Amino acid sequence: MFNIGLSVLGLSRFQFAMTTVFHFFFVPFSIGLAFIVAIMETVYVIKKDDTYKNMAKFWGKIFLYSFAVGVVTGIIQEFQFGMNWSEYSRFMGDIFGAPLAIEALAAFFMESTFIGLWMFTWDRFNKVIHCLFIWLTAFGSTLSAVWILAANSFMQNPVGYAINASTHRVQMTSFSAVVSNRQLWNEFPHVIFGAFLTASFVVAGASAWRLLKKDHEHFYRKSLKVGLIIGLCACLGSVWSGDTQTRYLINSQPMKFSAMEGLYKNSTNKGEWAAAAGLDTKNHKTTWSIDIPYVLNILSYHKLSGTIKGQNQVNKELKAKYDNTRQGRNIKNYYVPTKTLFWSFRLMAVSAGLFGLIAIIGLWFNRKKSQAIMRQRWFLYVMGICLWLPFIVNTAGWFITEFGRYPWVVYGLLTIADAVSPTSTVVGLLFTNIVYFLIFAGLGLVMILLSHRVLKAGPDSVTTDGYSTKPDETSKKVDPYEMGAAHNE
Amino acid sequence: MSNLQFLWFLLIGVLFSGFFFLEGFDFGIGMAVRFFAKNRDERDTIIQTIGPHWDGNEVWLITAGGAMFASFPMWYASLFSGYYIVLFLILVALIFRGVSFEFRANMQTDQWRNFWEWAATIGSFCAAFLFGMMFTSMIQGVPMDSQGNIFGTFTTYVNWFSLVGGVAVSLLCFIHGLNFIRLKTSGELRDRAQKWSKVLYPVLLAGEVVFVILLMMYTDFFSRKPISTWSILVALVIFTLAAWWGAQARHDWVSFISSGLSLISVVVLIFNGLFPRVMIATTNAKSILIKDASSSPYTLHLMTILTFSILPIVLIYFVWSYWVFYKRLKSPAAAKE
Ligand code: HDD
Ligand code: HEM
Ligand code: HEM
Repeated sequence: MFNIGLSVLGLSRFQFAMTTVFHFFFVPFSIGLAFIVAIMETVYVIKKDDTYKNMAKFWGKIFLYSFAVGVVTGIIQEFQFGMNWSEYSRFMGDIFGAPLAIEALAAFFMESTFIGLWMFTWDRFNKVIHCLFIWLTAFGSTLSAVWILAANSFMQNPVGYAINASTHRVQMTSFSAVVSNRQLWNEFPHVIFGAFLTASFVVAGASAWRLLKKDHEHFYRKSLKVGLIIGLCACLGSVWSGDTQTRYLINSQPMKFSAMEGLYKNSTNKGEWAAAAGLDTKNHKTTWSIDIPYVLNILSYHKLSGTIKGQNQVNKELKAKYDNTRQGRNIKNYYVPTKTLFWSFRLMAVSAGLFGLIAIIGLWFNRKKSQAIMRQRWFLYVMGICLWLPFIVNTAGWFITEFGRYPWVVYGLLTIADAVSPTSTVVGLLFTNIVYFLIFAGLGLVMILLSHRVLKAGPDSVTTDGYSTKPDETSKKVDPYEMGAAHNE
Repeated sequence: MSNLQFLWFLLIGVLFSGFFFLEGFDFGIGMAVRFFAKNRDERDTIIQTIGPHWDGNEVWLITAGGAMFASFPMWYASLFSGYYIVLFLILVALIFRGVSFEFRANMQTDQWRNFWEWAATIGSFCAAFLFGMMFTSMIQGVPMDSQGNIFGTFTTYVNWFSLVGGVAVSLLCFIHGLNFIRLKTSGELRDRAQKWSKVLYPVLLAGEVVFVILLMMYTDFFSRKPISTWSILVALVIFTLAAWWGAQARHDWVSFISSGLSLISVVVLIFNGLFPRVMIATTNAKSILIKDASSSPYTLHLMTILTFSILPIVLIYFVWSYWVFYKRLKSPAAAKE
């Protein structure tokens, strides 16, 4: 994947991948969980059932950890464009800066202000207003996704721009084109559904673990139900939006598409779809494959007939298009990391199926009157393990998107090699990569341990001992959220 | 230079001012966690004073960075790539202090709680110090090629002036934090914060004098813009004196606002000195000017419209959230009764 080794370019790429992937473990989890908590609190407001209030507080606590880590890793994201990719920043500033600034202005302020209000004012405002705070938080995080994806979509599919003849940099000519980019409105729903899916399966999976321990059955069965219902909807949504994206790629980024399908030669009219294949990336050949006829055409065109260009042909076409241009002058060929794309895509699609199945079976076992869910321990185990899967699947999805635009950073306009900071050094990058890695490992670990502890402490912890400070202080019955109030004059 | 370019230069200054005013006391509180507070209850209390706010305050930095990227990409690219290691260390500091408040509250052993408290303290100190160092190093002029790439050596970043700048900014933030404690707590904490700031203000004033001397030696601010530079410095000293007086006379608000304004004066000093440049090169011809660093008129125009329609709304709920948490917190001893 990173076959450039210990070069400035290779290390910068590694750093970008590492930091965004880490950021994106927390981002979808936070986005999704904000909505789930909001839904729980809304149910509480409507039904006045205290279980839902406790659910909102309880899962809200885990949300806060995720949010904190999402925030601190997000700052890295914003800085690293300038730090590691200064040529990219100069080239793209005119377009990229605007969404980024609006994201901060419109979304991050909203998110951070209302999360603060939500955390500390359970007893201060009436229920409806308090509930509004978490909705605004959730809304803010969704807005932030829109804007950052607008920036990302421009890189995938540049629109509404012109190249300045003297500086050779992009200039925005139409903001409305940038925000109505088709790529964006394909990407955004998919990312949001992915976020819902992530959070709901974590909620469901964590509840399943506690049910295995026969802990707070009533509470966790309700959480499980909420998780699985939202999970099922999100799963259908991600399949629908994933399909839209896939078909859009056929024309917008044909190389990405045929790499996802592992096609080197053009496909035949029979539309054989490889469920698995051996890919010889050196000689650009498929060595073996397990084919299912017609599926490729159904996926691509929703029809039985049709053909798809293989990578070898796409490569030829792209060479003809870019070889004599300024931006394409140093590119040898246009092949992308095919194996990564091929297997990531299969992982994503299979997981979507798995998630759907789990949600349906789980909801069936978890029917109100039935005790089936408590007897099907194997199934609880499966759910508990699948808690980790969405994170992997999200990463796989981004691998497709980001590796699939190789060798461009901005599709058709700027190559990765031209984007990197001329001032970066291998030693500096090596140092920062190692430190980031250690910090991320530490943060990830603390995050997991803390969430685990919250889960183990159970729903009672949010109604009684609060920030659970000293273990010997169980008598101090302060609600974590109401602690601020307790000290007030 | 067009009007829009000038406006955006100002706006970046405004955003950084907001950042230092607000995050300044966050940094100060962070430092106070281990330097000032004596026991766990006190630490709980002072952290609570910023609990609902620190994240929102940090967004000012994110907005400033984003706005810089949007309006002056050449500036953003040169500064951020040129100050690579400094910014990296700032990021590490911000990461540690950012998660520390949330994590600390949930640790079960004293060792780990101490660990996160020190993370808050050291992280806050380093972030403030490094920001001070970065800006004071930047205004001395840096070695740059004609593309705007900075090829600095160790002394570009670390020299007497930048070290003093770092210390000055972190001290300012610390005192600003103490003033915030005076404003938000009562009883013993408030009294102690007042006592401390009475002692620290003379130190700060001495530091400011050293800073001015070094500013004369290391920058071209006085030769280029003597009048405005002197006026801002006088303002800085007046604000410091006012805050000191506020500490003597127990006027918490006067102290807090004045220490915030001193931080803003530093930002204004830097932006005034930079103008009409955004990056100063050691060889004058290569400095990056506002007129060459900005994005296209189209983007600037767009950003102006969006900013002026969104920012007022943001400010309303931002201020409102401070209003909601306006009340003083009791000192832990008093709260137990
Ligand atoms: C848990 C999350 C999840 C699930 C179940 C799926 N995806 Fe996905 N996928 C993502 C999470 C994701 C993602 C991480 O959110 C990506 C990365 C970039 C993007 O837009 O969404 C993504 C990207 C992505 C791309 C690349 C888009 C581009 O480069 O423009 C395609 C073609 C698909 N997906 C297709 C699918 C299909 C056909 C699925 C199901 C049958 C599917 N995804 C399930
Ligand atoms: C939405 C905003 C995003 C933007 C603007 C963006 C931009 C970039 C840039 C500039 C690079 C470096 C150039 C390169 O190596 O191709 C990159 C690489 C990469 N990004 Fe993204 N990215 C975004 C989101 C993400 C997310 C959320 C993930 C994953 C979770 C991701 C995964 C990667 C990976 C794996 C690489 C390395 C690819 C390589 O080395 O070629 N990106 N992206
Ligand atoms: C690579 C480009 C990215 C940049 C520059 C970036 C920037 C940031 C920054 C600066 C923060 C901190 C905000 C705060 O203090 O409140 C943040 C957090 C966040 N980012 Fe990113 N981000 C990137 C990728 C993404 C992507 C791809 C998404 C969503 C699809 C996203 C969504 C969020 C959200 C929702 C938060 C809030 C924190 C949380 O809920 O965990 N970001 N990001």
